[in-house]
Amino acid sequence: MSISLTELWVILGCGAITVLSRVLPFAFVKSLNMPAWLISFLSFVPITIMTALCCESLFVAHAGHLATLNVANCLAAIPATLAGVLTKSLLMVVVVGIMAMAVLRYFSIG
Amino acid sequence: MSPSLTFRTGVRDVLPTVFGYIGVGLAFGIVAHTSHLSLLVVAGLSFVVYAGSAQFIITSMLLLHDPLSAIFISTFLVNSRMILMSTSLAQYFKHESLTRNLLIGTLVTDETFALAMNKQNKTNGKLSFAWQSAANVVAYLVWGVSTVVGAILGGLIADPTRFGFDFALTAMFIGLVYLQLISDKHLGMTLQLSVMVFVALAYYFLIGVMSQNFALLVATVAGCLFGMELKKCR
Repeated sequence: MSISLTELWVILGCGAITVLSRVLPFAFVKSLNMPAWLISFLSFVPITIMTALCCESLFVAHAGHLATLNVANCLAAIPATLAGVLTKSLLMVVVVGIMAMAVLRYFSIG
Repeated sequence: MSPSLTFRTGVRDVLPTVFGYIGVGLAFGIVAHTSHLSLLVVAGLSFVVYAGSAQFIITSMLLLHDPLSAIFISTFLVNSRMILMSTSLAQYFKHESLTRNLLIGTLVTDETFALAMNKQNKTNGKLSFAWQSAANVVAYLVWGVSTVVGAILGGLIADPTRFGFDFALTAMFIGLVYLQLISDKHLGMTLQLSVMVFVALAYYFLIGVMSQNFALLVATVAGCLFGMELKKCR
C-alpha cells in the first residue's frame, strides 16, 4: 500500500478534469435555455456515441493505414446481435456474447 | 425494461450492464497490478477518477513516466465525450434542483448514459432522480470493487480473457445500440440506420489518421451534424 506524490497528483488532477467534464454541462443546461439546433444536434448523440463505441471494439487501428476488423469481436458480435433481435433483452445480449467469445477462445479462433 | 422510474427499478435495470463493469474492472485491476500500481492507487483511480478507458491510459502513461501535463491532456481528450453525453442527459433533469443535477452529473458514464437513453424511450421521455441515481451508484460501486478485486487477483489469474469476459463491454454496447435503434420512435429506424452507417464509415477512415479517442469524438460530432442535415432534407 504505497502512493507516490506523482500518483497522488494524477488521481486528484484527472479526477477534477473528469468530474468537471461531467458536471459542468448539467449546470449549464439547468441555467440556460438551449437553442433548437442544439437540441436537434443532441438528439443524435445517443445513437452516434453508441455506434462509435461499438466500432471501437470491432475495428483495429493501424496508424497511416486503413483499419482492419477485429475478427474475434466481429464473430462474437453476430450471435450477440441475434440474441438482441430475438429477445430484446440486454442481459441476453451480454450473456450470449460472453459465451460466444469463450467458445471462440477455446477453439483459438480470431 | 418497465416504464417504472423508482430507485428499485433503477437497480434492476442496471444489472445487465454490471457484467461489463465486472469484466473490464477485473481486467483493469490485473493490468494495474502488472504495471506495479498499489491497491491504494487502483482504488484512487477507480473511486476518484472513475473513467474506464481513461484509467487504462493513465496507467500506461504512469508506467512510461509521462509528464503530468500530458496525462491531464489525454484524460481530458478521452473524457471529452462526457461533455456531449452530460449535455444530452441534463435535458431530462432540468426540473430537478441544481444539487440533484450535480449529483447525477458526478457519476454519469457511457453505460449509465446509454441505459438512460434506452429507458426514456419507454417512459415518453421521462427520467427520475431516484432511477438515475440507483443506476449511477450501482455502476460506481461495482466498478470500484471489481478493479480492486482484479488488482488483488492480479498475481493469481494468468489469462482473464480466456473466459470471454472482456467481450462483455462490447456485447453491452451492441445490445444498447440495438435497443436504441428499435425504440427511438422520435428519430425512426431509417434515419438512425443512415447515421450509424455514416458514423461507422467515418470512424473506420479516421482511425488511420488520428488516435482512436479523437476519431471517436470526431465521428460522433460528424454523425450528429449528418443526422441533423438528413432530418432537415426529409
